[in-house]
Amino acid sequence: MFQVRIHGRGGQGVVTSAEMLSVAAFTEGRHAQAFPSFGSERMGAPVMAFCRIDEKEIRLREPVMTPDALIVQDTTLLHQVDLFSGLDTRGYLLINTRRKYSDLGLGDYVTRFPPHHLCTVAATEFALKHLGRPLPNAALLGAFSAITARVSLASVQAAIQEKFPGAVGEGNAAAAAEAYDSIRTN
Amino acid sequence: MLKQIEGSQAIAEAVALCRPEVISAYPITPQTHIVEGLSAIVRSGKLGSCQFINVESEFAAMSAVIGASAAGARAYTATSSQGLLYMAEAVYNASGLGLPIVMTVGNRAIGAPINIWNDHSDSMAMAASGWIQLFAESNQEAIDLHIQAFRLAEQLSVPVMVCVDGFILTHAYERVDVPAPEQVEQFLPPFEPVQMLDPREPVSIGAMVGPEAFMEVRYLAHHKQLQAIDAIPTLSADFAAAFGRNSGDLVAPYRTEDAETVVVALGSVIGSIKDTVDELREEGMKIGALKIVSFRPFPLARLRAALEGAARVVVLEKNLALGLGGIVASNVRMALRGLRTPVYTVIAGLGGRPITKASLRRVFAEAADDDLEDPYFLDLDWQVVDRELARAKETRRSGPVAENILRDLGLVGSHIG
Amino acid sequence: MAQRIKFYQTGTFTVGNRLLDETARTVQATLERDNSLTSGHRACQGCGEALGARYALDSAMRAADRKMVAVNATGCLEVFSTPYPETSWRIAWLHSLFGNAPAVATGVAAALRAKGREDIRVVAQGGDGGTVDIGFGCLSGMFERNDDVLYICYDNEAYMNTGVQRSGSTPPTARTATTPTVGEHPGNVFGQGKNAPLIAMAHNIPYVATASVCDLHDLEAKVNTAMSLHGARYVHVHVPCPLGWGSQPCDTLKVARAAVESGLFPLFEARDGRVTEVTPIRRKVPVEAYLKLQKRFAHLFKEPRDEQALAAIQAIADRNIARFELIDGAVA
Repeated sequence: MFQVRIHGRGGQGVVTSAEMLSVAAFTEGRHAQAFPSFGSERMGAPVMAFCRIDEKEIRLREPVMTPDALIVQDTTLLHQVDLFSGLDTRGYLLINTRRKYSDLGLGDYVTRFPPHHLCTVAATEFALKHLGRPLPNAALLGAFSAITARVSLASVQAAIQEKFPGAVGEGNAAAAAEAYDSIRTN
Repeated sequence: MLKQIEGSQAIAEAVALCRPEVISAYPITPQTHIVEGLSAIVRSGKLGSCQFINVESEFAAMSAVIGASAAGARAYTATSSQGLLYMAEAVYNASGLGLPIVMTVGNRAIGAPINIWNDHSDSMAMAASGWIQLFAESNQEAIDLHIQAFRLAEQLSVPVMVCVDGFILTHAYERVDVPAPEQVEQFLPPFEPVQMLDPREPVSIGAMVGPEAFMEVRYLAHHKQLQAIDAIPTLSADFAAAFGRNSGDLVAPYRTEDAETVVVALGSVIGSIKDTVDELREEGMKIGALKIVSFRPFPLARLRAALEGAARVVVLEKNLALGLGGIVASNVRMALRGLRTPVYTVIAGLGGRPITKASLRRVFAEAADDDLEDPYFLDLDWQVVDRELARAKETRRSGPVAENILRDLGLVGSHIG
Repeated sequence: MAQRIKFYQTGTFTVGNRLLDETARTVQATLERDNSLTSGHRACQGCGEALGARYALDSAMRAADRKMVAVNATGCLEVFSTPYPETSWRIAWLHSLFGNAPAVATGVAAALRAKGREDIRVVAQGGDGGTVDIGFGCLSGMFERNDDVLYICYDNEAYMNTGVQRSGSTPPTARTATTPTVGEHPGNVFGQGKNAPLIAMAHNIPYVATASVCDLHDLEAKVNTAMSLHGARYVHVHVPCPLGWGSQPCDTLKVARAAVESGLFPLFEARDGRVTEVTPIRRKVPVEAYLKLQKRFAHLFKEPRDEQALAAIQAIADRNIARFELIDGAVA
């Protein structure tokens, strides 16, 4: 079982992100479970969403305590929320940022991870470029695909376009593709 | 057809497959996505002349389907928690009148303190109402139980509530197999009412019944529930034959054949329990699980038969009968009366507190060692409790309990589990 | 030589309308009436509600060509009409709860619509308690959705079925079991009142009317008019309760007439939120003439008379007269 935890703020599409990831896995014939953690949040409050992917039926019903991959959509959460709780050193860490780890105060922290498990993605920028809106979730899923290879880019894009038909879907899919390429070429 | 969709959407599609004629809707977290989904389906024209009524309260929601069902229409509504309590009078009225309404209850804790997360206190509050209560383990089972519910309700003229864990199931995306309309059409015959408001054959429905006849009327309602004890397994078998998978039935055992410890539970937590059982079995523990699907009628005989051979039973439930202990546990003990089997009550998950595999492993191991307090409160923070008790002891005007504790704990949101 | 009698010459004092042209007679005067609420029910002697319900429902049945379903709230009418194991209803009838008659009727109407049977009409009915208090939320919801239901309220101004307790419809100073005639302000308080017909009009529903058992022709006609329309409709009928009001059973019509003629109970019709017809008061009487017939107001007349309260009640009547222009020349 592969477990993903996504952190962000309300309104950034964190929940949709987990859902789309689960659909991507589904299109590849796998079992997937996606669900949010709820609060009576409004826009801007910290949110989490979870996604589990497995080859067989997923029966477990608890938040993802020990993520194999952690996606951070909003760096303002760093040092505010206990984001890295349970993240194994073998896990993957994706952060939506243009800055360096040291600038984020994570210089020391990331040294414990194998370098190819780490990536920063300018997901918001990709989104602005392809979508005109600062919604980084699709781009982050493209990066996720690139770095973990748990789902293919094509599946991610199919899931995106199922959720967002038309031009919005295309824009998101393009953002995902560019994020994917930017990782692959590094 | 296999789909990866939200539980609420799956339920909406399942209900739509059953071709209801009247749906009444009042929103309450976490059931909202169900009625939203149904409103879209009705507006698409897929359900012909089905009427979707946006009502002004849950009391009105149940009242409207009472009227609709009495007029011979297949009727449906959904609610949770506070909403279920708000319609309580009408809930009893529906079963007392013998109307085959189907309702989804997105299980949620009852306040005060207000809490939007999952536990079973709402359904348990209506356990004596005369409604059949079925609990779904997964979103697949949620789909299947709704289809079975309409047939069961109409067969016996009893309303049925399908209980689905709020958020955990309603808001989870998972793989489900949504049946084809033709399959459901074949499985679910058109509604043929036992009684109906018809100007051509006028009857008075809902008269007062005094001491001279009330006991008999009540007994007959009880008798219908007893009939359901037989009807439910048959229905489940018919469903399996028609749709190719097992779901429903009164109870479903998991690795109980040679189990010394059997864990009994309702709803989605059974999934986590099964994972835990598998792990503990690997380590040599003789443990199994028993899912109760039908809480009302309560399958006394089947439960006894399934649990007779166990050295001990652990009932893990998301309920707390304040001043007593477990609700499901009390019912289970009734099934085992006369036997000396110890029954442990583990109260867990109240108000949505996550039930983790790690905690389940721990508590099952303690139970297996017969080293468990009864009732046992899983993952309860005793420090917080003791602090509040001390505070209250010190001064009369100690303030609202909930707010004191929240202040103690600091803000929520930064905790993961 | 047959002499034509005009209605105003005999008015409602003529039982059975035998002197009237057949076409002008009430439904009750015909042998073809449905007897929707037939004899054998257990209402008190002189019950205004039994009288009103019988007239209203037979009128509705005729208008609906006998294709009608009735939904009844808990209350006197429901209880005295269905003493288990008997029923005095000859129509399709459903009783659910106290506060949900409008919502249940909404559901019945929806079911009939789903089945393509909108030719079957739905009537909901309840007392003042079930309508203006506990059923108010559901009533407003039904109005707001413009559900195709005629709601009839039989207003006897208290929770009579449970023993004469005060409701939102109880008039000021009236004695009830929960507004006893003790203390500084005996009887019911002078509150804001809850004018259900006006509130119904505020929803701009197709038809609202007030009626009284003192003018049964008018009651039948209003129900008939209501049945000729579709959407949410509301008829509010004033029905004296001899037991609760402390009036003589033989005085029910007299008491009801005094309420109308004093201005305390205006008779009017409204369409889409606007008053369209009023019944003028031909012979105004002071409120005292009405109040004195009922023991629930007796404390006002015990020496020393409560002139202040009487004046306040008279002011209510005068305000109604002005507001609805019940007397020619009276302006608001």
